[in-house]
Amino acid sequence: MNLMERLFGRSPSSAMVAKERLQLVLAHDRASLSPGELELLKDEIIGVISRHISIDRAHVAFTLSRGPEGTRLVADIPVLRPPSVAHEAPASTPAIRKRSRKTR
Amino acid sequence: MPARVITITSGKGGVGKTTTTANLAIALARCGHRVACLDADIGLRNLDVVLGLENRIAYDLVDVVEGRARLNQALIRDQRVPDLQLLPAAQSRDKTAVNEMQMVQLCGALQNDFDFILIDSPAGIEHGFRNALAPAHEAIIVTTPEVSAVRDADRIIGLIESAQKPTPRLIINRLRPLMIRHGDMLDTPDVLEVLAIDLIGIVPEDEAIVVSTNRGSPVALQEKGGASAAYMRIARRLLGEQIPFQSFDGTTSLLDRIARLLGR
Repeated sequence: MNLMERLFGRSPSSAMVAKERLQLVLAHDRASLSPGELELLKDEIIGVISRHISIDRAHVAFTLSRGPEGTRLVADIPVLRPPSVAHEAPASTPAIRKRSRKTR
Repeated sequence: MPARVITITSGKGGVGKTTTTANLAIALARCGHRVACLDADIGLRNLDVVLGLENRIAYDLVDVVEGRARLNQALIRDQRVPDLQLLPAAQSRDKTAVNEMQMVQLCGALQNDFDFILIDSPAGIEHGFRNALAPAHEAIIVTTPEVSAVRDADRIIGLIESAQKPTPRLIINRLRPLMIRHGDMLDTPDVLEVLAIDLIGIVPEDEAIVVSTNRGSPVALQEKGGASAAYMRIARRLLGEQIPFQSFDGTTSLLDRIARLLGR
């Protein structure tokens, strides 16, 4: 990276890129879950959840992240309409965090 | 007190396991401890040449395990550091020539005559690595600040923990301070954050390593030099001393320091 790029912050340093790539690859390694399998899991979970509530499928994000307590699968699922009483969402499991979002 | 058995491993090849084993063995011996180093890389023997003891091999680890030689016939005493002895690997056999039980028995036979037994593990996660790990009380992971080496280190840490061994400690090898300053090399905190294990040493890239390996005279035999001092600090940390980790920022030229000053 040259000085101009550094001054204007155009691209992250290669060390930052290395760290981000490592964190991602290790999250998958540790969970023994390839990006392809994660995609499959995401589709299945979206299928189940959308039978109960309306969600914004285009903005669903599944990420494997690492914290001091180990690897976590974090699902960020935007809800399109606030769930009605009749359509109470199932309790979220510890591994899956559901975030509601105002009607878009 | 029986010897502490420490296995030096990495997963990835070429990150400096053998150089680390040789230099830590010398550093510990220079601190007055009796050290045996075992080359567990059967078929790809290298610790002997790094230590400069290749011409004195009569018998090897497999000869001892298979009963063709007694331990004291196979152990090579280093004349430069009398408290250091090497048990070389066999060169003409492969990793299946020895099993985990035999490695445990071998270390058992050595443990009353030494304070430390350092085992140089082969690269990889298979038979040879398992042999090297089996007798270990502790393990040290060697990595370089590169994506591939850190990834393999993470895999090895998982395998060591699943083998019911204590969490290994980490040596970050071949660190290049200038590249770190330019944002082109993973820095120590980055590697530690990713691997989440304790650090036991940082060894800077040092051309003296190449020269010393050429000569068969490891840097830890010398008083001066970045890598030599780093190995001595690691040895003292292994002995329980609290030694602050060196920042390698100040070790470069005056020009670099001025540039850094202006950059802040």
